[in-house]
Amino acid sequence: MKASKETITRFVTTLFTFLLYAQAVQAHVHKGEAVSFLSGLKHPISGLDHVVAMIAVGLWGAQLGAPAIWVLPVAFPMVMAMGGMLGLLGVPLPGMEIGIAASAILLGAAVMMELRPPLALAAGLVGFFAIFHGDAHGSELPAGENGLLYSIGFVMATGCLHGVGISIGLVHRWNWGQRALRIAGAAIALAGMFFMWKVFA
Amino acid sequence: MTCALRHRRSVTLAIALLCLLLPVRAEAHLPTIGLGPVYDGIFHLLLSPEDLIPAIALALLAGQRGAGSSRRVLWILPIAWLAGGFTGMFVGTPRGSAVTCFSFLLLGSLIAANAKLFAPLTTALAAMLGFFHGYLNGSGINRFNDGAYFLLGLALAVFVVVALFTSFVIPLRRHWALIVVRVAGSWIAASGLLMLGWALR
Repeated sequence: MKASKETITRFVTTLFTFLLYAQAVQAHVHKGEAVSFLSGLKHPISGLDHVVAMIAVGLWGAQLGAPAIWVLPVAFPMVMAMGGMLGLLGVPLPGMEIGIAASAILLGAAVMMELRPPLALAAGLVGFFAIFHGDAHGSELPAGENGLLYSIGFVMATGCLHGVGISIGLVHRWNWGQRALRIAGAAIALAGMFFMWKVFA
Repeated sequence: MTCALRHRRSVTLAIALLCLLLPVRAEAHLPTIGLGPVYDGIFHLLLSPEDLIPAIALALLAGQRGAGSSRRVLWILPIAWLAGGFTGMFVGTPRGSAVTCFSFLLLGSLIAANAKLFAPLTTALAAMLGFFHGYLNGSGINRFNDGAYFLLGLALAVFVVVALFTSFVIPLRRHWALIVVRVAGSWIAASGLLMLGWALR
């Protein structure tokens, strides 16, 4: 018990160190401008299509259990950042919006049917769709004064969305939870179909 | 712990939190914090994520590899930072560098992969990155105006940051806690990738 108290004290001390962080003074910030940690934090949660796909990754990881529960959320931000880098460099990715909508459909369907493919295949599928999400974010980002804080906020928000999915997915241990997750997967797939319809409408 | 002691700690914590809420005057373009060059150096590290995060990342990496690697990094990193700072102060020219992204990318990837680095390799990495970041810091300060004290404060802050974070990671035994460290690594690497995109844009 003593050791855990010490660990908590260290953690709280570290956390308070971060409270010392000075944020940039934001006068007349344009919408979406990359000026601070908070604007980066807000970016991934500003689009429902991104939010549902990222939560689906967490839900699927929770259904698959270890090691997928952490491999998928580790793989997604890294590959998404790679896509974001391509977007920032202006590299065009054909069918970007279709890829984002398809990610919600397929990941939602995977959760609904509780698919259990080999880990490499699951990680590959998640990574493949992460490129579309990253490229979409990257190509939308206007120039700003503090790309680093923005990037950190952006990545943290993405990771936290996976965390939300994993936390919800922990209900998988109960029978009613398994059914609820499948229903949630179906809802995500339906949302994906709506996004796909919007792309072609 | 007695009830009275717990109560006293709660009151102290509440007062500390209230002190954090005290409004202070906003200081735009603040060149120093007004407490002297040593404190300027300390606060420079705490308020500069481009230097702080690589120092934290190196501490996490060393912590993953155990107490032996951590002890080496604890001493090598601040010394290399100081040496790089003095070199930069006397021979360097102040310029930003996209290579900072490389630190994020390399260290973050190694943490995410839980790379089994040999202790000498971790030490060499600490020496190299410490020197590089110190060089960038040193090249931007005035050698005729207490620059040495600034660098000393900076190196002391690096020492404290490494000590705090390694002591947080080394005792971790639970599987999920180790995964959290790896996820943090993936976030650092992802931020580095996005930073690279910003730099090359």
